[in-house]
Amino acid sequence: MDFRLTPAQEEFGKGFTAWLEKNLPENWDTSRHNTFDSWEKEAEAHRRFNKRLFDAGYAGMHYPKEYGGQGKTLMEEVIVLETLASTCFELKIAGIITFGMAVPTIFVCGTEEQKREFISKALDGSHIWCQGFSEPNAGSDVVNVSTRAVKENGHYIVNGQKIWTSFAHIADYCILLVRTDPKAPKHKGLSYLLMDMKLPGIDVRPITQITGASEFNEVFMEDVRVPAEMLVGREGDGWRIAITTLMFERAVGDAVMGGLFVRNIRNMIHMARHMKRSGRPIIQDPVFRQQLAQAYIDVKILKSHGYRALSQLLKGGLPGPEGSISKLLWSESNQRICERALNMQGPSSQLMRGSPWAIQDGMWQHLFLRSKGNTIEAGTSEIQRNIIGERVLGLPKDISRVSRQKEI
Amino acid sequence: MDVTLTREQTEIVRQVRRFLDNESPMKYVRAMFDDQRGFSDRLWAGIAEMGWTAMRLPEEFSGLNMPFVDLCLVLEEMGRALLPGPFFSTVLLAADALVQAGTPAQKAKYLPGIAEGKIRGTLALYEPDSGADPGYVRMAAEFNGNEFVLSGTKLFVPDVQCANFIVVAARTAPACDSTKAISLFCVDLPDERVSIAPLRTMDGTRKLFAVEFRDVRVGEESVLGQLHEGWSSLRPVLQRAQVGICADSVGAAQKSMEMAADYAKIRIQFDQPIGAYQAVKHRCAQMFEAVESARSLMYWAAWAQDEADPQEAALAASSAKSYCCEVGTSVSTSAIQVLGATGFSWEHDIHLFLKRAKANEMVLGDPVYHREQVALILAG
Ligand SMILES: Cc1cc2nc3c(=O)[nH]c(=O)nc-3n(C[C@H](O)[C@H](O)[C@H](O)COP(=O)(O)OP(=O)(O)OC[C@H]3O[C@@H](n4cnc5c(N)ncnc54)[C@H](O)[C@@H]3O)c2cc1C
Repeated sequence: MDFRLTPAQEEFGKGFTAWLEKNLPENWDTSRHNTFDSWEKEAEAHRRFNKRLFDAGYAGMHYPKEYGGQGKTLMEEVIVLETLASTCFELKIAGIITFGMAVPTIFVCGTEEQKREFISKALDGSHIWCQGFSEPNAGSDVVNVSTRAVKENGHYIVNGQKIWTSFAHIADYCILLVRTDPKAPKHKGLSYLLMDMKLPGIDVRPITQITGASEFNEVFMEDVRVPAEMLVGREGDGWRIAITTLMFERAVGDAVMGGLFVRNIRNMIHMARHMKRSGRPIIQDPVFRQQLAQAYIDVKILKSHGYRALSQLLKGGLPGPEGSISKLLWSESNQRICERALNMQGPSSQLMRGSPWAIQDGMWQHLFLRSKGNTIEAGTSEIQRNIIGERVLGLPKDISRVSRQKEI
Repeated sequence: MDVTLTREQTEIVRQVRRFLDNESPMKYVRAMFDDQRGFSDRLWAGIAEMGWTAMRLPEEFSGLNMPFVDLCLVLEEMGRALLPGPFFSTVLLAADALVQAGTPAQKAKYLPGIAEGKIRGTLALYEPDSGADPGYVRMAAEFNGNEFVLSGTKLFVPDVQCANFIVVAARTAPACDSTKAISLFCVDLPDERVSIAPLRTMDGTRKLFAVEFRDVRVGEESVLGQLHEGWSSLRPVLQRAQVGICADSVGAAQKSMEMAADYAKIRIQFDQPIGAYQAVKHRCAQMFEAVESARSLMYWAAWAQDEADPQEAALAASSAKSYCCEVGTSVSTSAIQVLGATGFSWEHDIHLFLKRAKANEMVLGDPVYHREQVALILAG
């Protein structure tokens, strides 16, 4: 058992950190959460930064060179992602779907042409992807997708509506789950398409989130003609491929989020040294100290657990039981950490970004609100616990779901 | 980086489980729970024969010199089986203190006997006013020019009923800073000036005692480690013991979870197994999350004791001690809920797991103490 990196990996990490110091955007503050004035600027910064990473040989470390990757292992990729998360997480946010879902799915399930066409353009920042799975009537029950795609003269004609589609307003492409066979059993009538977001008939309307920002959107599709070569796998394979997509973000999630939280804890300590309660620095308050320690322990659970899951993957195994709890771990610990940081601030916790007296420019207020989405996006906590209960612990499905399966 | 068990380690786990399934079934645990002495000589001899008392001892004293992680894997299985008896006190407290700080003569006197299962030892640390702070030592050891004279009361001393010697922490200097005032002594038993009284505790699988020292005289050759520097010797020993307790709690929590999940598959109410109800299913899933998180943290802490710098080792031990032991308690509590009244009955084994877990949580620094240790390192 070894929690340490090999000397070569250590060296690689140092090299990357040194490179990063010279290549961050001007005036970038690595110590805290950074914001952009507009989505255009965020998307632009994301593309530019990814191009730099790509040109310097730091993009897609674990993908084969023929697709624009570096032909190294997942460990190098995690070192890069962890370092980025702890210094410039915000520069990578617009690419979460691209790198976490689209690229790995195309790499595993796509045709040779799709891999050649899309992977390197994603890695070099040319393409941003979004994920069109959820619909008004297909949330947790994503098998309920009803957006129709009918094959006609070498194209799929797509009609329907997606919702909560993050980054659709800045995306170039969409991984799209559609129904191609309405007569087949629900989960066998789905297919998986790669859709160009510039095609005629696509209407993207932003939805405002509780943070005040609009990261996600409604996407309406009317007679959108997607070329048939954009089908991933076979018709009817959509559900299997969608599950593959959802599996990927778990594998490296913990280790990467661990990187981000390390920065958050540093900020918490910084804040506690400077903020006062009854005139005394909060850092001396025994209750706060307990919470700080607990936040640190949360981060360490995430990291040690993430490394355990990652070791399994590096040895060629599938994510084991430790993989199935990753999503729960990072989402719920992020909420706890943000909650604690906000509670430290007392009445100042009300002050938003831009307000006089706002603490650390209101970054915790934003992070606190944003964290509430973590237990919903990419499979709610309840759905994760169903999966653990049923697939890991072998507990029975409840009667209503058993009878639905019989219908199918 | 490779956080997986090697083939040898997986084999160790299998061996320990097989041995304990045969030699320490719940019937034995229950008998020892009620027994005054708390273990059988036959089982103790078996444990020594398996080499587990020797795992961490140096080779020149009949030891096997194995990594600390390996011992923790053994302890995890012992926790799973609720193994009763003085393994923890002898191996993780007394023997480890000798390995850490003993002179060659002291080591030669005790360690080979410990390896063979012929000598057992324990640690007398806590006092009536210590509370949850293992570093609070006030008992005096006065030097009369010739010998040290120890007087005072120690509490929560484990397994002293069967110990051949006690490592005692006592004050030899008046300094406020306990890191410069405490010394360690090896006191051989029996000694007519040492009297012991069993404490009536919740967890019967490890016996605890009050120990009274009445002008106990020991020579300079009994001082363990540097005079006045006992705390520096003891610290790493306590850290390892804390991580060892974590392993015990993880094993106990794993077994508690399995008992609950197995029951949830077969207990039918309202026409379906209770495990189909999400209130129960999610409770079980949360036990799983907690156990796996605790195991990952414990692995890190166990690895760090041998391999990381002292600060990381201390951070890891305190992080794990507070978290893993709370998990032990919460998972066994959850399991009782899933089991219903069956779980509340003396006849079902689950209460034994709760009792052991609760004892683990409070021993060698409670969660509040350890979180403060973490805060101290992080923020001063
Ligand atoms: C910030 C954010 C970004 C998102 N980005 C995207 C995106 O880019 N692309 C995309 O396709 N989707 C996206 N989503 C949508 C997300 O995948 C869904 O919100 C999620 O799957 C839950 O669906 P729902 O919101 O319809 O809630 P519902 O499924 O209606 O669930 C409501 C509540 O009921 C619970 N529940 C539902 N079913 C069960 C059950 N069987 N057992 C127990 N409890 C149950 C849920 O856990 C939840 O608490 C995003 C969501 C958020 C919050």
